[in-house]
Amino acid sequence: MKLLSYFRGEAFQRGVHPPGCKHTADTPIRRLPFAPRLVVPLSQHIGKPSRPIVRVGEEVLRGQPIAEADGWLSVPQHAPATGVVEAIELRPSARGPWTECIVIRVYEASTQEVLWGTPQDLDAFPPQDIVLAVQRTGMVGLGGAAFPSHAKLTVPEGARVETLVVNGCECEPYLTCDHRLMVEHANDLMTGIRHAMRATGARRAIIGVEDNKPAAAEAMRRALPPGSEIFVEEVPTKYPQGSEKMLITALFGVEVPSGKLPLSLGMVVNNVGTLAALGRLLPAGQGLIERVVTVTGPGVARPGDYRVPLGTPISFVLDYAGAPAQARQVILGGPMMGQSVASLDVPVTKGVSGVLVFRGEDMAGREGRRSYPCIKCGECVESCPMGLNPSMLGMLAARREYDAMGEQYHLGDCFECGCCTYTCPSNIPLVQQFRVAKQILREKAAA
Amino acid sequence: MTVQTEIRSAPHIKGPRSVEQIMANVVYSLLPVCAFFVYQYGISAAASILVVTASCLLAERAFVRTGTQAGSLSDFSATITGLLLALTLPPGFPLWMGVVAGFSAIALGKALFGGIGFNVFNPALVGRAFVQAAFPAAIATYTPSFLPGRFTQFIPSSLAWPLMAPADTAAWLKAMHFDALASATPLAKWKFEGTLTAAGDLLTSLAGHMAVGPSPVLILVCGAYLALRRFMDWRIPAAVLGSAGLTAWLIFAVGGTKYPDPFFMLFSGGLILGAVYMATDMATSPVTPRGMWVYGGLIGVLTVVIRYYSGLPEGVMYAILIGNAATPLIERITQPTPFGKGASIRARKSASYTLHPDYISREEAGAKTPKKRFFKNKPKQ
Repeated sequence: MKLLSYFRGEAFQRGVHPPGCKHTADTPIRRLPFAPRLVVPLSQHIGKPSRPIVRVGEEVLRGQPIAEADGWLSVPQHAPATGVVEAIELRPSARGPWTECIVIRVYEASTQEVLWGTPQDLDAFPPQDIVLAVQRTGMVGLGGAAFPSHAKLTVPEGARVETLVVNGCECEPYLTCDHRLMVEHANDLMTGIRHAMRATGARRAIIGVEDNKPAAAEAMRRALPPGSEIFVEEVPTKYPQGSEKMLITALFGVEVPSGKLPLSLGMVVNNVGTLAALGRLLPAGQGLIERVVTVTGPGVARPGDYRVPLGTPISFVLDYAGAPAQARQVILGGPMMGQSVASLDVPVTKGVSGVLVFRGEDMAGREGRRSYPCIKCGECVESCPMGLNPSMLGMLAARREYDAMGEQYHLGDCFECGCCTYTCPSNIPLVQQFRVAKQILREKAAA
Repeated sequence: MTVQTEIRSAPHIKGPRSVEQIMANVVYSLLPVCAFFVYQYGISAAASILVVTASCLLAERAFVRTGTQAGSLSDFSATITGLLLALTLPPGFPLWMGVVAGFSAIALGKALFGGIGFNVFNPALVGRAFVQAAFPAAIATYTPSFLPGRFTQFIPSSLAWPLMAPADTAAWLKAMHFDALASATPLAKWKFEGTLTAAGDLLTSLAGHMAVGPSPVLILVCGAYLALRRFMDWRIPAAVLGSAGLTAWLIFAVGGTKYPDPFFMLFSGGLILGAVYMATDMATSPVTPRGMWVYGGLIGVLTVVIRYYSGLPEGVMYAILIGNAATPLIERITQPTPFGKGASIRARKSASYTLHPDYISREEAGAKTPKKRFFKNKPKQ
């Protein structure tokens, strides 16, 4: 079957099929109340951290810019709630190190209407001004990478964009925030796509949706503006289809050359969440102050997709959703690539698509498992979407031959999707070994 | 809320597959083959299977206990070694020699290298190679299948005392009115007598009193179960049988009647058992898909060459051992092509959307003249 669908050009090669667990797919998006204190990190994106433009003790309005972009690859931050700036200080981040954050104490009684921002008529804007307007919203890739959107929509000299690929795969198990956005906010998505197409000069847009979300595909087809060059395409469900290179292969049957961007094939890939948010914010001239987050996991009392103000501490989110007291692991993002957090004080940032809670008993499947030496079954080779040889890489990592991993076995192509570790019957932590090896190689290169 | 959280590395979920599950399924799939072997040769075969497997398990236990090797008995890998080793030995093989075979399989084939996953050679075949060198007469002594009274009476050689020469089976067979030729394997008959057994009879192993192993059809069915559940890679048996059949057919087509037909080659001896269960041993075969084809092809060719041109009637064992030795080299030259590094950037014909060549960047499309229409979208920095 796998072979057949490959030859028919319907999918990328290899990959895995973890159980979907999309329990919250039919629950409408709900709004999360404001936490008493919101913590807005100045670095929620790839690139330079923003520069604060408010002082401690200053009152801020919801939607007001509180930090400005520091250079081209940076975005501004906006106040997620009306309140007063209580501190600008170092706070723990999800990745571990403490980063500078603006702490806002929320005024409980005040109106939380967004009063900031002036409506703008984007259709009158030339493309480069649309890109600047995108930067002013503080938008980053909401799929998880958090790469500044305006930089992605900028077409460099000499390149042309034919297609805007809209990524609605959401291949991670458990996560449903993009699904709900596609179902409920298809019109915003179309507005966002229209502006992104103008900004990049793309002549068509293709929305790729996995075929386990027929409701989303249906809602988007209904919202398609008549006569537009926007297409909705269902692709067979497979992990990691949400990776842009895999989605491009599934849609077009071509492989993005190693080390190149999709731009080299005349494509720009954006997440549905990003474009739906842009479609809402751009015409109103507002900034990104909240995002939809899937809060789920076995044992969560009120799982669902919540519209969460940025900066809300994870502990507040979990309290509201009713996380079980026996929670042992809290993961930001999906179960395949998400990050488990040490402290529940870390805030929801622009790149957090899900908060996943596992109890001890849910982890039993992994914990009781024995680890064996590699038996060379070849499952990892059969599942690596990048066509690497994780078995060999793992053996080299155990022998600390990091240079060979990078030079001969293409470690740099690994994007840590986790397929090899997911399938490994010997229970070898391959991805972790690769992360360590990459870090060591990076340090070597820097030295 | 305050909870005691743990930091773990992604991925946080794990697939259902485990080493124990894979190995246990191989054991299950071997059980019908063993049952057929017992049906053919009676209690001698049953005793041989039990003794050889027990000796493998004891050896494994001893080496794991002393810390010489990784793994444990519960991973079933030593059980597989024992069952396979017993199936390759003649049913009347003296039991004490079976103990030697089982012990040397684990000791020399596995523990020496560090246990499960580290072995370079298939342990069952190492054990068989050891006893073939140590007891050349006993290992060449086959008996006809479906003898009367096989469920009540041992083949006399089975019960030989340790370090004593086994009883002569020829006299015992003569008493049952079988001539000496009946106990020669079809391959030996072809090699030394020039008589061919029909491929159809070999396929089922059921006709008459042939000195053959379990039915190739049964082995293929059991192998198909493993391949369908993806506990075994189908490429290796396909490559072994394909290349052996092709080589035999070529020689047959050129050399004519001097050589047997390719179907005789495929279904005689241990080729099917070797292709399905021995060559596919995970630890000793390549992990790369292309490497599996090369490895299987090599084994197939070597088997036919050894059978035709060496002094031995059977060549599967040495072919697989040579294939095992070549595995690291094969793997090195058959690494998979990473995504986006392949030669083709052109789309598959049937892809849902096609790319307009004008939009593909110059270096990708092979230095095309750029058109005058850029920078329109470039914002001022």
